[in-house]
Amino acid sequence: MPYLLVLLALFGFVAASCGDDSSSPSGSTAATTAAAAATSAAATTTAPTANPAVTGHITVFAAASLTESFKALGVAFEAASPGTKVTFNFGASSALVTQINQGAPADVFASADTANMDKLTASGGAGVTGTPVTFATNKLEIIVPKGNPKNITTVNDLANRAVAVVTCAPEVPVGKYTQQVFANAGITVTPKSLEPDVKGVVNKVVLGEADAGVVYATDVKAAGDKAQGVEISDNINVIATYPIAETKHVKNAPTSAAFVTFVTSSAGQAILAKFGFSAP
Amino acid sequence: MFFALPFLGLLWRAPWGDAWSLITSPDTLDALRLSIVCSLWSTGLSIVFGVPLAWLLARGRFPGRSAVRALCTLSMVLPPVVGGVALFFALGRRGLVGQWLDRWFGIRLPFSTPAVVLAQTFVAMPFLVLTVESALRQLDRRYEDAARTLGSSRWYTFRRVTLPAMRPALIAGAVLAWARALGEFGATITFAGNFPRTTQTLPLVTYLKLESDPPEAVILSLLLIAVSFLVILGLRDRWLGGFTSGG
Amino acid sequence: MRLAARVGLELGSLKLDVEIEAEPGEVLAILGPNGSGKTTLLRCLSGLQPIDRGRITLGDRVFDDPETGAFVPAEERPVSVVFQDYLLFGHLSALENVAFGMRARGVARGTARVRAREWLERMGLREYASTRPRELSGGQQQRVALARALATDPHLLLLDEPLAALDASTRASVRRDLRDHLAGFDGVRVLITHDPLDAYALADRVAVLEAGQFTQTGTLADVAAHPRSRYVAQLVGTNLLRGTVTGTAFAGAGGGSLTVEAESDGPTYVAIPPQSIALYNNPPAGSPRNVWRTTVVDIDAHFDRVRVTLADPLPLTAELTTAGLAALDTRPGDSVWASVKATEITTYPA
Repeated sequence: MPYLLVLLALFGFVAASCGDDSSSPSGSTAATTAAAAATSAAATTTAPTANPAVTGHITVFAAASLTESFKALGVAFEAASPGTKVTFNFGASSALVTQINQGAPADVFASADTANMDKLTASGGAGVTGTPVTFATNKLEIIVPKGNPKNITTVNDLANRAVAVVTCAPEVPVGKYTQQVFANAGITVTPKSLEPDVKGVVNKVVLGEADAGVVYATDVKAAGDKAQGVEISDNINVIATYPIAETKHVKNAPTSAAFVTFVTSSAGQAILAKFGFSAP
Repeated sequence: MFFALPFLGLLWRAPWGDAWSLITSPDTLDALRLSIVCSLWSTGLSIVFGVPLAWLLARGRFPGRSAVRALCTLSMVLPPVVGGVALFFALGRRGLVGQWLDRWFGIRLPFSTPAVVLAQTFVAMPFLVLTVESALRQLDRRYEDAARTLGSSRWYTFRRVTLPAMRPALIAGAVLAWARALGEFGATITFAGNFPRTTQTLPLVTYLKLESDPPEAVILSLLLIAVSFLVILGLRDRWLGGFTSGG
Repeated sequence: MRLAARVGLELGSLKLDVEIEAEPGEVLAILGPNGSGKTTLLRCLSGLQPIDRGRITLGDRVFDDPETGAFVPAEERPVSVVFQDYLLFGHLSALENVAFGMRARGVARGTARVRAREWLERMGLREYASTRPRELSGGQQQRVALARALATDPHLLLLDEPLAALDASTRASVRRDLRDHLAGFDGVRVLITHDPLDAYALADRVAVLEAGQFTQTGTLADVAAHPRSRYVAQLVGTNLLRGTVTGTAFAGAGGGSLTVEAESDGPTYVAIPPQSIALYNNPPAGSPRNVWRTTVVDIDAHFDRVRVTLADPLPLTAELTTAGLAALDTRPGDSVWASVKATEITTYPA
């Protein structure tokens, strides 16, 4: 009997903490935000696709920072084009492009920076259909726990050794950008941890383990009321460009093209804006 | 074949030309050193706490014994990241026990090397506990009876009769625990974080390299495998002496 | 250092209720079938199992007394056991095994090894000191086990089926050796066995344990001559009947009747050696007062002897030579005439 209870607790725990995020090591999801945004987006969508070739299943590999927004885009797209189904694989852009180049079955790739998209289009990469198009931009923001206990007001506060800072590892785009911001500000920051993706940073801040982290503005918004943001002034900030493209070995071309179009359409852009992205 | 295939894949893709410089780079050596030191510590802790726990589970008679055993097995089947999150809730800065550690002693576990050891111990200890418990259950208790009739106290009996009898299982369990600790990633990255020399173990470096330079990740993976292989090979037959008297 | 034990214990389906007394220098054999409680009794005496009721004392030391709550655990009792499977520690050499008890009690390593070597010498195992138990023969292991038990200078030595693990050919010689070695020990010795030969060769007194109780005690000769239970009768190979005797008339509990020689009155056991029963195809003439017709139930050949089991109300087993059986020419189910002389029947009060 106690065995059964423990097993049930385990299932509950695992179900709650694991999303459909197969390559990200951290485990939080914001499914409710996605659903809320999706239903409001579906209500504002005014251009349903009537093309009968747009049907079936597509797989979209997207950067971790696109998790909530793309899930909402997926729901809206499926509502606008009945019969379609979008499956997502979220993760660090660098990890995703490696997987695609090794033959992972992605129809669409949305990267958090152009450098990783270039790895796909470069010779030796798996290649794309057509040319990648920028669909959003994102800038960096400081994320702090709700209530901002250490009273962070500018990026210079992060250089204070009494503040526990976490950032992404330089191997990941947002980590690279973070280093650039610090360089631009002329400060030296010793983070307590270099996370492999933004979810890790957000988690540690939300759990109260870190006093501050540097992530995308969209990540701060996604954290909802569990955290709050501190802006980084534009003159030292880095703007990340997000390109999207169909992969060369796309399986469902019509639907994939339709998805990419949807993302860049006004409906798609409205959804992205809700999540904190800026226009391209 | 099933087990050999991934290794063969790694060997095939490895950029052997860069291998040596990569292996001897300071980052790699730091990570390797940290991995080995932490995994040895966590194996030690697993033995110190795991053997008494195994004894309790095998011999003890207390209410909730099956629940304790289930908990042990639980942390084995749990995704390591979930384990890391659980450690946060218990020992993080705002955790159940962690908040007191911080408030009273100024001890902050996450992002520290001890946190790596803790994360590794959490995932590795059950392997040792279950191996040793199984061996204890299968022991012929009559040998312990014989020792007692000869005047041996319970502790002396444990030391000179029970322990030698379960030595093969103890070694096997320790090796299993050590190997698990060495390769541990999910709980470590979640609870201890990732920072060179403090918490960046070799598996973490490998994962990050996979993002920026996959061929280097292959080399590092092979390095990890080689280290584990050597140790396991070295212990293969050595400590497995017979215990029962032929009779 | 006299052993006085009253052991009352319920363990699973076994209900043990016995009383034992033994003097130093004597060997008491506890004889009984499997499941009778022999091993449990040994565990109680050695301190591995506390008793529910009774009292165990050795000399003036109380080992177990549930009423006062006194209990001395096994490791503190000067009681040694030689186990049925010897239970030698496989990871230790013969020398280390013998030294084990001394080392466990805090004797210095050097001293313990010297004394252990002496013991091995006494057992004729000097050159096997550094051998592992699994490389020793059964008989050698038994001697090491005995040396190990004696090396701690116990006041009570318990032997649990000491020869059971040996094959038939070595058993006889080991039995002789064991007798010699036991003779050199001056404490109380209690031997548990199911083999009456062990009891005969090694013991002074015998107590028969059946289903947790002693059914008979005495010297082996007494017990063998006057069995009081089917088990003992079978053990010594004699026929046993229970009933009532009035004068010289015996009325069996099963319904049959016999004429006996000695006069007595009251409940009686009747023992008849199988060889004393003669079988005929036709009613015999002559002096036997006991002649009756019966049916052959079973014929069992044993080397040069044959055992013929007869039917109720006198379920006896007769022993014939093979030639005798051939002359009789009978099969199970056939009718035969049996006779036994009154002088060959032993009676004793039940």
